[in-house]
Amino acid sequence: MRFSRIFVTGSIVASLIGTAVFAGSHITPEMAAAKARQSHMQLSAFNLGILGEMAKGTVEFDAAASQAAADNLAALATMNQTAYWKAGSSNFDIENTAALPEIWDNIPDVVAKAQGLAEAAVAMQASAGTLEGVQANIGAVGGACGACHKVYRQPNN
Amino acid sequence: MRHWLIVCVALTLAGAAVFWWITRPVMASAEVLAGLEPDVAAGQQVYYAGGCSSCHAVPEAEGEAKLMLAGGRAFPSPYGTFYAPNISPDPVQGIGGWTALDLYNAMHNGTSPEGAHYFPAFPYASYIKVAAQDIVSLHAYLQTLPASDTASRPHELRFPFNIRRSLGGWKFLFLRDDWNIPDSLTEAETRGRYLVEALGHCGECHTPRGPLGGLQLDRWMGGAPNPVGKGNIPNITPGKLTWSEGDIVEYLSSGFTPEFDTAGGHMVNVIENIARLPESDRAAIAAYLKRLTPIP
Repeated sequence: MRFSRIFVTGSIVASLIGTAVFAGSHITPEMAAAKARQSHMQLSAFNLGILGEMAKGTVEFDAAASQAAADNLAALATMNQTAYWKAGSSNFDIENTAALPEIWDNIPDVVAKAQGLAEAAVAMQASAGTLEGVQANIGAVGGACGACHKVYRQPNN
Repeated sequence: MRHWLIVCVALTLAGAAVFWWITRPVMASAEVLAGLEPDVAAGQQVYYAGGCSSCHAVPEAEGEAKLMLAGGRAFPSPYGTFYAPNISPDPVQGIGGWTALDLYNAMHNGTSPEGAHYFPAFPYASYIKVAAQDIVSLHAYLQTLPASDTASRPHELRFPFNIRRSLGGWKFLFLRDDWNIPDSLTEAETRGRYLVEALGHCGECHTPRGPLGGLQLDRWMGGAPNPVGKGNIPNITPGKLTWSEGDIVEYLSSGFTPEFDTAGGHMVNVIENIARLPESDRAAIAAYLKRLTPIP
């Protein structure tokens, strides 16, 4: 009797702890979507960085590396991202995202801004074979990134 | 007994007189601008360094349209919502009828031409450090911009914050015209200090505020909660900002961080303006930021 009471209490406590641990580590579809977006942004920034360092002159221009980075950037910018801009994944809904809820109130504008980035990235791709081409296009790519970050990203989350 | 009553009444009157004196709107007289001639080209630089359009342009305006300072942008705050007024040269709805002295009193003293206090959402606590010559030039430049006859939208503030007279007390407590880092600076650092502390009014967002809305100067540029939403405005003292001066100049020119992220939020407006200044001004800002007391 005494043993079974301890056993029952123990298993209730254990299952409560288990639930808490599960809740703590459980990744919701919204959290996964936010992570996917951030991974996409990181890949874009990495490839943009290769172009940007060459444009600034901190890294010597290399036509093959430049073209590869610009190809990647254009591929990323033209990908269909619908699935990971998931409703319910704003900074109002979940932790660890800087995506403002206004994104989901202004979808046509967000799509237009994404289209702006795609156009800038494709233009960069077409001229990434020369240093002058990279320098001429890097500002427009940065401007297209900033156009969205200006309105739809929470500062310094 | 009668004696004490007289003392009480006298003290009350004296207190009211002191309150009245402390909270009176200050207005400078014409001598402060004596002998100063406007330079419109310099005024354009003051305009970009001061970031006038970031708040006073019509919300969402881009490119040339940002020169129409018709106002209307909302600034939600714990005290209520402020709306940027029309400061285009329209003589009725804007400030086309203002003299340079009117602009000086607005920027230095936070006082309107009619002698009323402005709310410090208008950053006169920074603009008080702007040189009189720059105000005269800015006044001339503002007159060249397109006029708009849109009426300014009244602020929507909660009691007691809607009592303008009380702003005299705020000014008494917080309006200071001394610099936040001492002298013995290089020429570039001195220029940077002027751009950051006066025209750029960077401290208005990058420095935290106390309960009455005054800047906590012991945490100058140490970062603060975002005034209009979630998130934070970053600490840009050497305690947190480890970028090189070159990195800072690049960020203020193109918006790119060293990791090739880009600026976001209101800082995009700031960079659009600062990028129009000479490269030496961006370098001056970077030099100044490196001289700040590090806040962890």
